Amino acid sequence: MTIDRHDVTVTVNGTQYQRTVESRLLLSDFLRHDLLLAGTHVGCEHGVCGACTVIVDGAAVRSCLMFAAQVDGRDITTVEGLAPDREHLHPLQESMRDCHGLQCGYCTPGILMTMKVFLEETPSPDEAQIREALSGNLCRCTGYQHIVQAMQLAAERLRKPQS
Amino acid sequence: MSTRSFGAPVRRNEDARLLSGQALFVDDVELPGMVYAAFLRSNLAHARIRSIDISAARARDGVIAVYTAADLGAYWAPGPLLVPPPPIEDTIFNQRTQVPLAKDKVRHVGEPLAVVFAQSRYLAEDALGDIAVELDPLPAVVGLEKAVNGASATVHDDVHGNIAAHVWQGRGDYASARAKADHVVARRFHYDHGASSPIETRGIVANWDARANQLTIWDTTQAPVFLRNGLAGMLGLSERQVRVIAPFVGGGFGPKIMLFYPEEVVIPWAAMKLNRPIKWIEDRLEHFFATTHERGQTHDAEIALAADGRILGIKDVFLHDTGAYNPYGLTVPINSQCTLLGPYVVPNYDSTFTAVFTNKPIVTPYRGAGRQHGVFVVERLLDIAAHELKIDRAEIRRRNLIPPDAFPYNNEIIYQDFAPLSYDSGNYEPILDKALEMIGYRNFIADEQKRLRAQGRHVGVGIACYVEGTGIGPYEGAKVQVQSNGKVNVATGIGTQGQGHFTVFAQIVADQLGVEVGDVDVVTGDTDQFYWGAGTFASRGAVVAGNAVNEAAKAVRQKILKLAAEHFECAEEDLEIANGEVSVVGVPGQSVKLGALALAANPMRGAVKPGTEPGLESTQYFGPPGGATASGVHAMIVEVDPQTFSLNVLKYVVVHDCGTVINPLILAGQIHGGVAQGIGNAYYEQLVFDDDGQLLNASLADYLLPTSLEVPRMEIAHTVTPSPLNPLGIKGAGEAGAIPVGPLFAQAIEDALGLLDRNVELNEIPLSPGRLFELTAKLR
Repeated sequence: MTIDRHDVTVTVNGTQYQRTVESRLLLSDFLRHDLLLAGTHVGCEHGVCGACTVIVDGAAVRSCLMFAAQVDGRDITTVEGLAPDREHLHPLQESMRDCHGLQCGYCTPGILMTMKVFLEETPSPDEAQIREALSGNLCRCTGYQHIVQAMQLAAERLRKPQS
Repeated sequence: MSTRSFGAPVRRNEDARLLSGQALFVDDVELPGMVYAAFLRSNLAHARIRSIDISAARARDGVIAVYTAADLGAYWAPGPLLVPPPPIEDTIFNQRTQVPLAKDKVRHVGEPLAVVFAQSRYLAEDALGDIAVELDPLPAVVGLEKAVNGASATVHDDVHGNIAAHVWQGRGDYASARAKADHVVARRFHYDHGASSPIETRGIVANWDARANQLTIWDTTQAPVFLRNGLAGMLGLSERQVRVIAPFVGGGFGPKIMLFYPEEVVIPWAAMKLNRPIKWIEDRLEHFFATTHERGQTHDAEIALAADGRILGIKDVFLHDTGAYNPYGLTVPINSQCTLLGPYVVPNYDSTFTAVFTNKPIVTPYRGAGRQHGVFVVERLLDIAAHELKIDRAEIRRRNLIPPDAFPYNNEIIYQDFAPLSYDSGNYEPILDKALEMIGYRNFIADEQKRLRAQGRHVGVGIACYVEGTGIGPYEGAKVQVQSNGKVNVATGIGTQGQGHFTVFAQIVADQLGVEVGDVDVVTGDTDQFYWGAGTFASRGAVVAGNAVNEAAKAVRQKILKLAAEHFECAEEDLEIANGEVSVVGVPGQSVKLGALALAANPMRGAVKPGTEPGLESTQYFGPPGGATASGVHAMIVEVDPQTFSLNVLKYVVVHDCGTVINPLILAGQIHGGVAQGIGNAYYEQLVFDDDGQLLNASLADYLLPTSLEVPRMEIAHTVTPSPLNPLGIKGAGEAGAIPVGPLFAQAIEDALGLLDRNVELNEIPLSPGRLFELTAKLR
């Protein structure tokens, strides 16, 4: 079998990376194992659970359903790029902590990335909208109730300028 | 103590790392020279192995090794029996445990046949396709009744009738009770449980350091200590040479307590043989076959009652699907047998079960661990009895509750922990009352439901009671140590999979030692940090390890006071510990930081008094005399679309008593999550096997985990009946949420559609829109 390789230049969390990748390499594996950004988790590798969700050029996408070769020239944000710095959490993260929106925490990075895009597009969501937006991310621990509360709190915090 | 964190909704210590992508999970371990494993698994449920040709796979570029059972040599052995049968007279138990790689025969789809080690996971999976396997198919053993009545093949050639176990337990004299009964209800019930499906599948990394003679294993296990001890024995190493780390684990729910999975046996052995670090991560498809399930039971049950609805006795005969092997003994069916008794006085009980080998994946405990099967049977029997006797559903339950003055209440049968099934404490009627009040039961039945029916809406109410045996022994331990920086370290042998142990144990210590919760650093699941322990299962972490932490913290508190009293030359009674320091009461300025005391407790030079132990440190163990019994009531109002049978849960209420509460926020999370899994089990999740033993829906697109749209908002309330079996008075809460949801759904859907009046009963779980359509066919 001849192995088909591609040169990829991609910006992840503000840092530019240049790599040569096999055409079949999943974006999730590329982020986790090539770039060592292991905060993006893999739950099903068939696009259902949403744990591997990252933001590519402003859209929340499942990194297990993309190839690394497809992100040449793109801008990606992963969970590692969410907090402003090491000492502070993003309001989404802070709200999840305040509301006990995570237990094992494995699905959490995907939920954060999905909801970041959602709250940018829908800054004042009602509960039904939050539940609809969240329904593509499976969580097996929380029963979602505290996540929904966390998103209500996060939306409120994001609407106010940070003091 | 100035402020108490015990009982407060404290934010979790572990969250910052988890939220920022900095927490270590097994698949995050990266080591130089890592080799990646992939397993070739049987695609037939039952077959004889004619040949396995691995030569082409071995020749592929990037492949380092390929092994079959033959390569394991003397290392190949069936796994141990983890839980022997409890001492119940006349028990039949046929032990047949799983093997590392199949030899001669395969007994379920997904059983491993060979393993490939390669330079990447992609290459390892490529090489699986190079392996040529010849299997001679055998008829699959799938249905439970056919399996035992001679109509099937045999899963294990020497186990006739596929009988894995046969157990009778009972009390009183059911036959006499039945003869005196005014009313008897007899029905057949089927309860199927599904796959635990944590979002993180299983995984293992093993690293053999030949220079240090040290094997390090990162494993998604709920039982790191037993894994270390077992692997050390198998590999001919001393326990000291093996370190097992269960780092952050992405959900467990039971199946990760199972050991030794074939991969857990093969990967560490291969890491030593190849002298390379090896990683294996289960994929989602494998998870459906290679990780244990919980599954079906079929009960033929009857209840004998007096005319006023009082239970005179219950008889139950059931079949339990144990899958292809039974390494976990009888825990699941014994839980079903015991938990059927619920919060009720059942003076006469006659229960027999037969555990059955089938050509399906192994059955071990999954959240609830068979308890919900029993709860389904008794709750359905009561619903049907109430209907036939024209007694209100809540009232028939109330009349049978164990009265508060009857505790400890001995059910006179043996529980899964080998101790008599004795409820330590409880007060059940206020729980029922509170649930009825919160759901608005009387108003709904008398008024609301009729009004909605008049509008053409199909809305029903359900109410279900349960108990949960929690916090069983044998024991756990903890080490508490004040550091010279003033922070406190806690180490315990259990693993953690999201239960908040890093916070609840810190709360216990914070109160004893007068420090902030955030200044207590808890380590779980690292055998080099704490040597002994059993594991995280049976809703026991907070109860058993929590009390060990409390005992150790109390001992450290005594050491702090003793040392500070010497320091200040005062009596211990004159001291208080708060805000990270010890102060002399009423003497401003007379205080010393805990960190300074910790330094002083480890002097560099000079003499100490005979018998002095260094450091502000203590290790203590706690083992309860028996399990603590939690209890609760769930109630629900649901609307059913009579055309599509889709559900809309309008209100969901949980009233729960798990004794003293450590952290209400974390407790609420445990209950929410349990209910969500219960809802999946009741209406969405079904493992569909065909007659050949093939699982037809092994993907998350086809096996439907509930999403945020299926799980409703829940209202939770607590009553508190402390357990007398541990000093903190706590009972476990991990599984309770999942236990009564099946009967609650069946009852509420029946009520919404008025099914009992039309002679349709919902006596099986899981239900689904499609299944409801079938069950109500005769009404159309």
